[in-house]
Amino acid sequence: MRSVASAPATAANGAVTVDAVGKVYGETMVALEDCSLEIAAGEFLALVGPSGCGKSTLLNILAGFDHPTRGTVTLDGALLASADRAAHPGPDRIVVFQEGALFPWKTVLDNVTYGLKVQRQTAPEEARARALDMLARCGGLDRVAHQFPGQISSGMQRRVELVRALINDPRMLLLDEPFRAMDTVSKGRMHQHLLDIHAQFPKTVFFITHDLEEAILLADTVAVMTTRPGRIRSRVAVDLPRPRHARMIASERFVALKEQLIAAVHEEAQKAFERGERELA
Amino acid sequence: MALRGGGGQSSMLSAIVNRRVGLMVFGFAAAFVLWYASVNWLPFPAFRRLPDPAGVLQEWLSRDPAYGISVFTADYYVHILYSTYRATTAFALAVVLGVPLGIMMGWKKTVREYSDALLTLLRPIPPLAWVPLAILLFPGTEPAVIFVVFLVAFYATTLNTWVGVRAIDVAYFRAALCLGARPVDVLRDVIIPGAMPSIFTGLQIAMGAAWFSLVAGEMIAARYGLGYVIWEAYNLIQYPTIVIGMVTLGFVGYVCSALIRVAGDRLMRWHQKNIGAVRG
Repeated sequence: MRSVASAPATAANGAVTVDAVGKVYGETMVALEDCSLEIAAGEFLALVGPSGCGKSTLLNILAGFDHPTRGTVTLDGALLASADRAAHPGPDRIVVFQEGALFPWKTVLDNVTYGLKVQRQTAPEEARARALDMLARCGGLDRVAHQFPGQISSGMQRRVELVRALINDPRMLLLDEPFRAMDTVSKGRMHQHLLDIHAQFPKTVFFITHDLEEAILLADTVAVMTTRPGRIRSRVAVDLPRPRHARMIASERFVALKEQLIAAVHEEAQKAFERGERELA
Repeated sequence: MALRGGGGQSSMLSAIVNRRVGLMVFGFAAAFVLWYASVNWLPFPAFRRLPDPAGVLQEWLSRDPAYGISVFTADYYVHILYSTYRATTAFALAVVLGVPLGIMMGWKKTVREYSDALLTLLRPIPPLAWVPLAILLFPGTEPAVIFVVFLVAFYATTLNTWVGVRAIDVAYFRAALCLGARPVDVLRDVIIPGAMPSIFTGLQIAMGAAWFSLVAGEMIAARYGLGYVIWEAYNLIQYPTIVIGMVTLGFVGYVCSALIRVAGDRLMRWHQKNIGAVRG
């Protein structure tokens, strides 16, 4: 929709192909099986599915924390991971974690400049200037630049973590239920913030969630995963116009999309429930 | 808002401090009364031989102490210096060797496999059991005593450092790798700062354990030091001096632990504030 204009042949901008990926833990624990998924450059994809279906496993494979036992993953045409080639985590694919992973022992500013520092490409002064600028552009966060993460609210921590990722100009952002632990009001604010950020920095986003409304409100595409072993069961294109707003939740189109997704997810959840399987972390 | 918050905080703080000081004074007073009562009033014959608080204080502050040890004698400070020298030397050795080993154990699996079982087996051996072997191994009592004290402090530092590294949330490692950190960056920016609170807990324990085992070592194998003072005073029936030695030990040990705490708070500003902040 928004990102069709880019030139995929030359620009490295975050088109992902997951092709027939399987992941078996130990001998018998099949987390993913024949899982295929296309994410276009700049696309915001939300992945929903029952608990323990393998969403986080797929994220870990994309991030390079884990490797597939079958199939391949490519990023902008280049092989990222396959059964005999684990991807390494790196600043082209940055994860924002469920519980938040700002380093509590570094100030907000040192957290944000950390990627630039360890990649050793940017002079410290320039890194600082860019970080302050970016913090300022993402909702005036520069005013907490010299605080420690433990001194600011969890919503603010999450926003700082997004800045820490974006400053590295990654090809894709991987978000693992980043707003799960938040109350409804903070969550609503974070949604609006993420929509603004995504409009400002149109990166490919891989967003895991349990919350269907959140998925529809934020994403271009919602992919539904089956119960374990996880595969992509269906994709729903969210044809709501951008800029999005929380008021859209009441619109007819939104409700129709939600019904469509509920049917798909609940069928899978029911299967998982009946089998009573242990959840996979 | 910040101003009002600050004022409220400081008056609350002073109320807490006043309360704490009050309770502390009360605790000391109660202990002294109990001590005095058990020596002078209560029907425990064994206690009659002990000095009461006034007797100890008189000896301690005397310009001409009956048994040779008071704040006005040079010997008193020689003993304190000897003990402090042994405890801090052993402690420093334990830190220099134990913290890096603990970090390597948490970081590299092979190091852990070499050392884990060994440490687990050696640790339960009480410090006193090492004294004969230490005397045989080292020429002279000084290195022997320091060795025994070092061993105890070393276990505490190593194991707490290792526990600290193991307790670091895996998300921090992953976040660092995502951002492009190399192994040496992970060591410097995740492992060391992440383990720091636990390392300092280990240092506190190590310092306590160092004094604990030091006294045992000094009682058996030394000519100077507070442990020697206590044991010698017992042998020579100089009861007030026993108590002077004990109270001095408590005080010096407390100062050492407090110095570590202050150093830790300075190094880990983030940790302090983290605890202070209202969470969730």
